Amino acid sequence: MAEIRNYTINFGPQHPSAHGVLRLVLELDGEVVERADPHIGLLHRGTEKLAETRTWVQSVPYMDRLDYVSMMCNEHAYCMAIERLLGVEVPLRAQYIRVMFDEITRILNHLLNIGTHALDIGAMTMVLYTFREREDLMDAYEAVSGARMHAAYYRPGGVYRDLPDRMPQYEVNRFKNAKTVGELNANRQGSLLDFLEDFTDRFPACVDEYETLLTDNRIWKQRTVGIGVVSPEQALGWGFTGPMLRGSGVAWDLRKKQPYEVYDRLDFDIPVGKNGDCYDRYLCRMEEMRQSNRIVRQCIDWLRANPGPVITDNHKVAPPSREKMKSNMEELIHHFKLFTEGMHVPAGEVYAAVEHPKGEFGVYAVSDGANKPYRLKLRAPGFAHLAAMDEIARGHMIADVVAIIGTMDVVFGEIDR
Amino acid sequence: MSAKLERLSLILRDVFGDALQSLVVDRGEVTIQVAASDYLRVAGILRDHADLHFEQLIDISGLDYSAYGNQAWGGRRFASASHLLSVRHNWRVRLKVFADDDAFPVLDSVCELWPSANWYERESFDLYGIMYSGHPDLRRILTDYGFVGHPFRKDFPVSGYVEMRYDPEVGRVVYQPVTIEPRENTPRIVREENYGDVGHG
Repeated sequence: MAEIRNYTINFGPQHPSAHGVLRLVLELDGEVVERADPHIGLLHRGTEKLAETRTWVQSVPYMDRLDYVSMMCNEHAYCMAIERLLGVEVPLRAQYIRVMFDEITRILNHLLNIGTHALDIGAMTMVLYTFREREDLMDAYEAVSGARMHAAYYRPGGVYRDLPDRMPQYEVNRFKNAKTVGELNANRQGSLLDFLEDFTDRFPACVDEYETLLTDNRIWKQRTVGIGVVSPEQALGWGFTGPMLRGSGVAWDLRKKQPYEVYDRLDFDIPVGKNGDCYDRYLCRMEEMRQSNRIVRQCIDWLRANPGPVITDNHKVAPPSREKMKSNMEELIHHFKLFTEGMHVPAGEVYAAVEHPKGEFGVYAVSDGANKPYRLKLRAPGFAHLAAMDEIARGHMIADVVAIIGTMDVVFGEIDR
Repeated sequence: MSAKLERLSLILRDVFGDALQSLVVDRGEVTIQVAASDYLRVAGILRDHADLHFEQLIDISGLDYSAYGNQAWGGRRFASASHLLSVRHNWRVRLKVFADDDAFPVLDSVCELWPSANWYERESFDLYGIMYSGHPDLRRILTDYGFVGHPFRKDFPVSGYVEMRYDPEVGRVVYQPVTIEPRENTPRIVREENYGDVGHG
């Protein structure tokens, strides 16, 4: 009789389906996974330690680089933690802008997740469609902050600046003639809000398009239905949040349950799954994109009607305008102190959490009254999700591991920090 | 203080009584601190008591208080702060516990209560060197294979002790002492109380 023994393979860290630098040590019995041991930390940069050596504001751009597909949501949690420690109020217009960009970020994240998840398990086309819409949203990022991804747009006390009145335009070059450029610029003639409104008009049809590609697709369903089933009790015990928890049928969303900013003034629904498998989580994400689209639309309407300040006028927290700074001694001193020493945050500790596209993203900040954080702990949703890899993947075929990694929506920037 | 926080702190005082070393309600959050010997028991009650029902462990964070306030710290050095969430009651609590021995900090593991504690405790062990007794698999998680030391301790320099480079003569990657000088652009300053207080002109 042949000798039967288990086989151990390394999945990643250079595997295209490992979504970054995941090294997964899989113990196999034939094609069935007996044990999965994720090795993480290959992208560990020590963000939390670095933040201890920077002033409070200097760490905002580090937050973009945590979950690098949902940049502004990370900044949001960090700024909220500082605001709670300081006890400053954020102007209403800034709250709407933040909510709008949080939802744009959610769409960005889910587009990437669904596109690459489908790509990982064999549906090539999907990613081409989703990246088309991502491009528009990243243009919105660029218009508002100057950067397509790492925006550093949210600041303690509000947002860096108000929404721009005009969109950047394409220009004629040797690859694009006047006609092509004219078509590309057609929806960029007005302000950023006009551009986004045009996007929200188009987007529901785009989601329908994705649905025709995947939702009833036989192969997609064979690869996702009944794969990676998580019961509600398991999901709670493993610390799951976001679509991973809602896919299992637990109606939990911080935007509804513990509303922050202006979510309690907006009208939207929370999709909840039934079976807790990869397919239900995919359906949740699809519906969340439609709901985010609704929220963006409501924010656009409100922002059009209500101009106002977008950052607090407390100059111990936010810098004064350039004009004031150059004409007023007091403001000059504020400006100088803010950009040399930085603001002093009163001693205490807070935990601020936002409903990040992937789940609950929390920032636990401890201050001892200095101009730098004493301790900053980032609670990344993907970390808890990946920790359950072993138990979810056990008993599945090796090809299903890829489907499970995809549905967890892991991004190593936030897991390794 | 909102009615909900008041109710939660009443229940906590009622259930734990003298086991609570402190209960602080600050900035809309409840923090309780217990002794290391009570930690596991308190955590179990927090999870199972029908009026508390913290079924989710959101996060565990290691803490090193040795440089707090830019001065010598009088109390115990290492602490662990867990953030618990009750989906049923929709409230949160922070559970803090200080390890008794600064030279060899040990705490009980709560892996049995919340499976999500597994990686959080590994992380806290890796970065702060806090031992969790009863943990099934206390390995390093974020740092390199074969890493020495606990990098988030306050006495560990930001630039570390060793750096890695490819050595063409040996034909492999080698470790060597760091060659970069540590530098600090903005000094860390703790001013007198209310200095940067946003309420003061």
